[in-house]
Amino acid sequence: MIGVVSYLAFFATMAGILAIAVLGLNLQWGHTGLFNGGVVAFFGAGAYGTMLLGGRPEPGQFGGYEAPFLLALAGGVALAGAVAWIVGLLTLRLRHDYLAIATFGVAVAFESVTRNAEWLTGGAKGLRGFPRPLEAWVGDNFTYGLVFLGMVMAVLIAVYAGLERLVQSPYGRALRAIREDETAARSLGKNPARLRLQSFVIGSMIMGASGGLYATFYAFVSPQDLAPILTFQIWAMLIVGGAGNNRGAILGAFAIWAAWTASGFALSRYAPQDMQLYTGSVQYILIGLVIVGMLLWRPEGLLPERIGAATTHRTVAKTAATTSKGVPRS
Amino acid sequence: MIQNLVDGILTGSVISLGAIGLTMIMHVLRFANFSYAELLGIGAYAALVFDGLLSTLVPALDAAFRPLTLTGALSLSILAAMAVTGLSAVVIDRLVFRRIRQRADPLSMVFASFGVALILRNVLTLIFGHRAQLYSNDIAFAVVVSRDPLLLIKPDQVFVLIAALVLMLLFHLILTRTTFGFALRAVAENPGLAQVTGLRLSSMVTAIWLIGGALSAAAGVFYALTNHLSPALGHNFVLPVFAATIAGGIGSVYGAVLGGFLVGIASGLALMVLPSGYTPAMPFLIILAVLLVRPHGLFGEERA
Repeated sequence: MIGVVSYLAFFATMAGILAIAVLGLNLQWGHTGLFNGGVVAFFGAGAYGTMLLGGRPEPGQFGGYEAPFLLALAGGVALAGAVAWIVGLLTLRLRHDYLAIATFGVAVAFESVTRNAEWLTGGAKGLRGFPRPLEAWVGDNFTYGLVFLGMVMAVLIAVYAGLERLVQSPYGRALRAIREDETAARSLGKNPARLRLQSFVIGSMIMGASGGLYATFYAFVSPQDLAPILTFQIWAMLIVGGAGNNRGAILGAFAIWAAWTASGFALSRYAPQDMQLYTGSVQYILIGLVIVGMLLWRPEGLLPERIGAATTHRTVAKTAATTSKGVPRS
Repeated sequence: MIQNLVDGILTGSVISLGAIGLTMIMHVLRFANFSYAELLGIGAYAALVFDGLLSTLVPALDAAFRPLTLTGALSLSILAAMAVTGLSAVVIDRLVFRRIRQRADPLSMVFASFGVALILRNVLTLIFGHRAQLYSNDIAFAVVVSRDPLLLIKPDQVFVLIAALVLMLLFHLILTRTTFGFALRAVAENPGLAQVTGLRLSSMVTAIWLIGGALSAAAGVFYALTNHLSPALGHNFVLPVFAATIAGGIGSVYGAVLGGFLVGIASGLALMVLPSGYTPAMPFLIILAVLLVRPHGLFGEERA
């Protein structure tokens, strides 16, 4: 029984951490129409930033300042935001897909740094050793798993509530307006370049927070944790759940993470011995099929975007005007 | 120094071939195609399959043209691979991209291309395995061109450079000397206006996929011939070909060629100051530098 509960807690912790990243992506893609092809880099910046600030000192290793947990996490979030700000500043005024290419490039460059800059990132062996918050106080592992799950859920709810407020505010309407019709938004006095940059940076900081929690959970981070497939998984979660709908983003995160773990379990158990090396490829193909299939047959996802559902009549009319094309574009 | 430069020029010729089709696709269909570089992998493996078939069916073709390791079978296979890859590019467009661009915005196609790339790469892995492979197990001896400074060149590399330049020259002649070439340039220049003059955009798009696929296949084989084949081959070229198109200016075929050599040479020279682990990140630095200095590339026009 304890085994089942502790596994469920582990599963929900991971799904919850990923759901936070999906919420960040939803702000960028779902609400602002920005394509981030390097989610893993911002997730990773948060993870490494948190570990460097909060970890224990090691000889010959940068970082290890043993900062208090919240300060370390804030540092990771700030690092993710700083990377996003630089990339956004360079690309957001140009053709829309430049951001996709540049963020993809950030992910490749980030991976090179994590693998090679041993003094900074520990190279392939990664960074380990992190005093997890409240761990000394709680004691046994089982209870701590539940406590950590509680912390992740608290962050998830806080991010969800914050984003819901943000996207229903005039600010959120302005983001959707530039997503739908940049020229029209500009004519209403909105500054598309600045709004896009803000949305991109905020979304990336949320991904950074997710990465920081991930590193804290394992008290370890290495390039293996930040494989490029993570970007695809998070994208699949968003497109399945429904881009533009924060509840959908969370639903998608849990659904895809369940499908991913279940398929991994089934393949490792039932695939023939000589195929075991290739189960990863089968899973990657499934993720690819989910992305392409959803785009072809149900681009709005399980929970489609609801424009103005929770707002007043006056704002409904306004948002309806900005989304008059009617086609879900995300 | 000189070795890095020569190696860079060689990689550059592969990147250039790969970037020519990408720049046309990005300009005409207006989306960054992340699955495009996988065509290099498809081409390289298609050649491997044809090479195996031909050398078993016609053993006489299996003799290498000394001092190259290139065999008669492989040279015919390159042509077959170009055809197969061009057709695959068209099929992928029909199955996925065309259906998405009919009802959604270009960014959905960028998104879909990520999924397509993931599927293609892992299907290649399932069919051919993770391990690196070679076309020929003959050892390709490098020729010492000079001892001080040390410069080693394999005969295969010379062949690859010449073949790549010949392909580019052929494409240049098609572009500048034939009616079809004029049509292609018209579409690349201004798709809307080209339609007004009676060009069928859909057949031109098919032609672009065919040409792009064929050139990418050649690029993939050339790379595999001078290095090795693995399912990650295409993926490793995603960023370099994007960097080449951005540096050259999206839509400019000559810019893509120049950009390809620029990226190849810069990555080669960077090895003198940076450890080789950072090589994959070089194209990214080039992209950043181009965006800072000349956001629309060397030959690009300003278009939002």
